[in-house]
Amino acid sequence: MSRTLPIWAVCLGLGLGLGALIGTASAREDVVLGLSQNRVQINANFDGSEILIFGAVKREAQIPATPLEAVITVAGPSAPVVVHRKARRVGIWVNAETVQIDSAPSFYAVATTGAMHSVLSYTEDLRHAITVPRAVRSVGAEAEDPASYTEALIRIREADGLYATLENAVVMEQQTLFRTRIALPSNLTEGGYQVRVFLTRDRQVVSQLDTIIDVRKVGLERWLFALAQDQSLIYGLLSLVLAVLAGWGASAGFRLLRG
Amino acid sequence: MQIYLPIAEVSVNFFTLLGIGGIVGILSGMFGVGGGFLITPLLFFAGIPPAVAVATSANQIVASSFSGLLAHLRRKTVDIRMGVILLVGGLIGSGLGVLVFNWLRALGQVDLLVRLCYVIFLGIVGALMLAESLRAIRRARGGRVPSKPRRQRNWVHTWPLKMRFRTSQLYISAIPPLLVGLAVGVLAAIMGVGGGFIMVPAMIYLLGMPTKVVVGTSLFQIMFVTAFTTLLHATTNHTVDLMLALVLIIGGVIGAQFGTQIGLRMKAEQLRVLLASLVLLVCGKLAFDLLLRPAELFVIGGVGG
Repeated sequence: MSRTLPIWAVCLGLGLGLGALIGTASAREDVVLGLSQNRVQINANFDGSEILIFGAVKREAQIPATPLEAVITVAGPSAPVVVHRKARRVGIWVNAETVQIDSAPSFYAVATTGAMHSVLSYTEDLRHAITVPRAVRSVGAEAEDPASYTEALIRIREADGLYATLENAVVMEQQTLFRTRIALPSNLTEGGYQVRVFLTRDRQVVSQLDTIIDVRKVGLERWLFALAQDQSLIYGLLSLVLAVLAGWGASAGFRLLRG
Repeated sequence: MQIYLPIAEVSVNFFTLLGIGGIVGILSGMFGVGGGFLITPLLFFAGIPPAVAVATSANQIVASSFSGLLAHLRRKTVDIRMGVILLVGGLIGSGLGVLVFNWLRALGQVDLLVRLCYVIFLGIVGALMLAESLRAIRRARGGRVPSKPRRQRNWVHTWPLKMRFRTSQLYISAIPPLLVGLAVGVLAAIMGVGGGFIMVPAMIYLLGMPTKVVVGTSLFQIMFVTAFTTLLHATTNHTVDLMLALVLIIGGVIGAQFGTQIGLRMKAEQLRVLLASLVLLVCGKLAFDLLLRPAELFVIGGVGG
């Protein structure tokens, strides 16, 4: 926190300065954003991480009467996902039906200043794909009840801590300063994590800002991952050599112990 | 203490993994089974993705079976000649098994087939072993200890291509061991295990090998078959997690040494009762999973393409 405060101050100062320079579109409200870290490094000790997302609202005009709200989303890289539904066939439970969900983020968190329905209208949610069910896209599934598959995916990933809806988790001060903390779980995949900040007034989005947090493996983790992908035969042989060495080492070690 | 696994892409407790490796290592040393039928479900519980769990456990089995094998080699309880013949069959079989596996995957429902294979084979093998070894214990308690181990003579002893297996004190045809290796190889590829739990009883009851050489010889064959499997997984699916394998191996090699010592101090019948109970336990758990209504009716499959 102590490390991040100066950056925050710089951001705010810069934002205000820019605002003073432009000084035209009077009704506009813009987001000036800061992050406690713009990259997450996964090393051998990685056990989840927490990012602090904070910022300020830059405006020329008077603060309008209707309160300002903020909605912040963090989304991991998206990929198609296969979901199976089990059913009883001849006495045993089997994967009876399969639906492919076109695109689902590997991680998704949405934090707001208030209850979702009071800060965001349905149409705005549709337009910007903000809430968790909107962030998971499923079109043209041929199952009987395709919605239940999407619901199941969200339910399972919420239980795993991969999807989260955090209402009232964003603190907004004097309609100008806002901040929130988003916990990233330990089972994180690599890629660019998109951070979006929406400012809403009267449930309508009045301003939006996007940025990316880079999540990647470093050091030994990076090296092993790259080797496994690019030089798989060498990687396979290396794992066998290590296995045989370990087996021999243990055997020899125990013989020494017994004299 | 948490450790992040680069291929599995999850963070898991270091000591949990060490413990899993240790338990499986002890079993490996005691019974000459690779422990794949146990380590794979245990890794699922620890939160490792199934594809990574299967591939990495193959790598860990290489290490623990090699460690156990060395201990048996020093005691000269490995029939290398028999092992090589089983291995030739095993490699051909696992190649065939991979073909069958891919064919079934194209048809869908390969998960179900794998589970059913587990339930059926673990059930049959476990029940037969338990019944036989309990009979043997009762015979021994009755005080009528046979002066010479009974030499089993059944139909496999009448086949051609006879070979002498000195360590096993057998003079039988090479075709039955080759077929045993082949069958185990096919099943191993389909079920993703070393196949020791099928091979050990097959060697005792089908080939009539003495129990004390069965374990070492089985370890010999398992080591090579799982090494082959590891390479296949590493080059085709990129699912072998070296970091995970290393932690499991550290636990496993230590466990295997203890297991070998325990195994040498116990009576063969007791050893077989224990292994049979364990096999039946795993079988029961898998059967229940198939029969009971699951709490969550939906499962997320692999990432689609």
